[in-house]
Amino acid sequence: MRPSASRTAAPVAFEHAARPALADAGTRAAVLDATTEIRARRSSVVRDTPDWDDLRRAGEAIRTDSLHRLDELLVGLERSVRQAGGEVHWARDALEANEIVTGLVRSTGEREVVKVKSLTTDEIRLNEALAEAGIIAVETDLAELIVQLAGERPSHLLVPSLHHDRHAIAEVLREALGTPELEADSVALAAAARAHLRAAFLRARVAISGANFAVAETGTVCVVESEGNGRMCTTLPETLITVMGIEKVVAEWGDLAVLLRLLPRSATGERMNPYTSLWSGVRTGDGPSAFHLVLLDAGRTRALADPEGRPALRCIRCSACVNVCPVYRQTGGHAYPTVYAGPIGAILQPQLAGERGPAASLPYASSLCGACADVCPVGIDIPRILVHERAKVVRRTRPGLEGRALRLLAGAFSSTERYERAQRTARALQRPALRDERLRWLPGPLAGWGRSRTLPGVAEQTFREWWETRDDGA
Amino acid sequence: MRVALFVTCLADTLYPAVGRATVTLLERLGVEVAFPREQTCCGQLHLNAGYPDVADALAERFVATFSGYELVVTPSGSCAAHVRAHVAEHATDAEGIAARTLELSELLVERLGATDVGSGYAGTLTYHPTCHSLRGLRVGDRPESLLRGVAGVELRPLTDATECCGFGGTFAIRNAATSSAMLADKLRHVEATGAGAVCACDASCLLHLRGGLERRRSPVRAVHLAEVLAA
Repeated sequence: MRPSASRTAAPVAFEHAARPALADAGTRAAVLDATTEIRARRSSVVRDTPDWDDLRRAGEAIRTDSLHRLDELLVGLERSVRQAGGEVHWARDALEANEIVTGLVRSTGEREVVKVKSLTTDEIRLNEALAEAGIIAVETDLAELIVQLAGERPSHLLVPSLHHDRHAIAEVLREALGTPELEADSVALAAAARAHLRAAFLRARVAISGANFAVAETGTVCVVESEGNGRMCTTLPETLITVMGIEKVVAEWGDLAVLLRLLPRSATGERMNPYTSLWSGVRTGDGPSAFHLVLLDAGRTRALADPEGRPALRCIRCSACVNVCPVYRQTGGHAYPTVYAGPIGAILQPQLAGERGPAASLPYASSLCGACADVCPVGIDIPRILVHERAKVVRRTRPGLEGRALRLLAGAFSSTERYERAQRTARALQRPALRDERLRWLPGPLAGWGRSRTLPGVAEQTFREWWETRDDGA
Repeated sequence: MRVALFVTCLADTLYPAVGRATVTLLERLGVEVAFPREQTCCGQLHLNAGYPDVADALAERFVATFSGYELVVTPSGSCAAHVRAHVAEHATDAEGIAARTLELSELLVERLGATDVGSGYAGTLTYHPTCHSLRGLRVGDRPESLLRGVAGVELRPLTDATECCGFGGTFAIRNAATSSAMLADKLRHVEATGAGAVCACDASCLLHLRGGLERRRSPVRAVHLAEVLAA
């Protein structure tokens, strides 16, 4: 396991974590295979959806409207959930959310909880907080369970174990479950996980979930999944605790009609996902008797306050952008210092956590090719926000070599005379380094370019010099 | 028709053959080409690197330089996309020149209705559509349609053609290892076509592709669309 994959490792900047990731041929092959398959399925199902563009526009409008009315909708959601017999808690940050959830579990007297796959609880490191309080969290989504048993961070929004092929998965399960004879066969692996999880479901008195959406009008929470293990968690235990980012709220029940068509198509390339669980508060004799909704801010209002960065909060966590991202497809998710790997994470994480530390490397983890924006089901212009976030990083940090070089260039570009003089000066300075019109060595930061690419020097005759000779002749 | 050429700072300085070919081609098609000498850079580099203040100043410079012309043409998809998006949005552009800035294949197909441009190029080619021509300008298959109009060109399909080559401006330096991995995949697909050259309509992507081909001592060459069509 690479250091950056570990659940406990301190996050590092993308460009540093990317190097060991790129050297890991097995992981790269698994990531490439899996993303190629998922995006082919997505393309195919989108082609078969004649109203796809209308659907996307409707999804974008719904999510944009939700963000504009967030204050009103959240208060409405709180009221509806309470009316339906649930309790609502507000958490400013990860620490508060973890304290609330830990306190709720403690008050039940239970020492073990089952969990529905949830990025939000990964974001706040809830499992680690529970463990500190002596509470064991059992992940029940198969892919999430695999990374949990391996002690790794999720590497993909939708399929946390996407970086593993079935041989690696068999290895993880053999060791964790103590079954050395387990074969690397998908049916056998699923059966082993099922046996492990069934015991946990039958023991469970408390479950924890995230939320794909919540409807303010009805107080309904929605979880979308493929395996049915989430459904077990939301129906079997006595107490259900949902941790939800405040941006996930939508106004009306009817909004789900659009979002539940967009999400599975964009996420797994299915017209409909196998399990959609919807619950509103509690009901006697049917499902949990206690329901708690923890509404998490953790940087979301900060992102909301920035009109340029705000559209990132429309995200419905489908991972379509991740699967088409040529950067993610090379490095996999562990190069990203966040649970939100890929393009959406590169714009979301800096906004949630602040444009500092390893998160400040994320806006640069993109060639701005635009493939992400083309597939986003809610119309987030990811490249535009990446560029916006880069400007925020530049404003916050002292200029390095790149910054100084760009300021010099800016000066040269600001006047015809300075530009033409810069061309001539560079041509004079490069002479000793030039061979066959290519620079033989490249200074400092350009060395990385030079390892795999040649670079021409300033041309012996620039285009404008050629144009001048031609003008004279004319 | 009179058109102002925005050659781009990169082609002007590092890849002047692209500019010369663009002039040769347009003049052959009866277009009068002007080259306003005040032009420098459109600001794409600085915007994408996180310096919007510089980009905005260069946007104003672009508009001041090209206002008064009927049309601007540039042999770079990414610069055209930057001008039509960012410059149009951020500069004081009373005459709307930013919106009338076209990438070369757009000018040839949309404005000149060109199908056969009289090129004598002979050889096998594969075409890399470049991200910003494809997803920024939506030029579609206009460049390929022009190449198909050249009798001597045999165009070979490129696997995963729409994948980025890994250039991305400062991305290729700051994230050199990831960029190189993306380039390696692109060049592997290019070489698998067996074509003699890879063609594109963006000098920056071509600089990247050519740099990679030269470094791996590949027999495959990198040529700009203008160079093929002007031949």
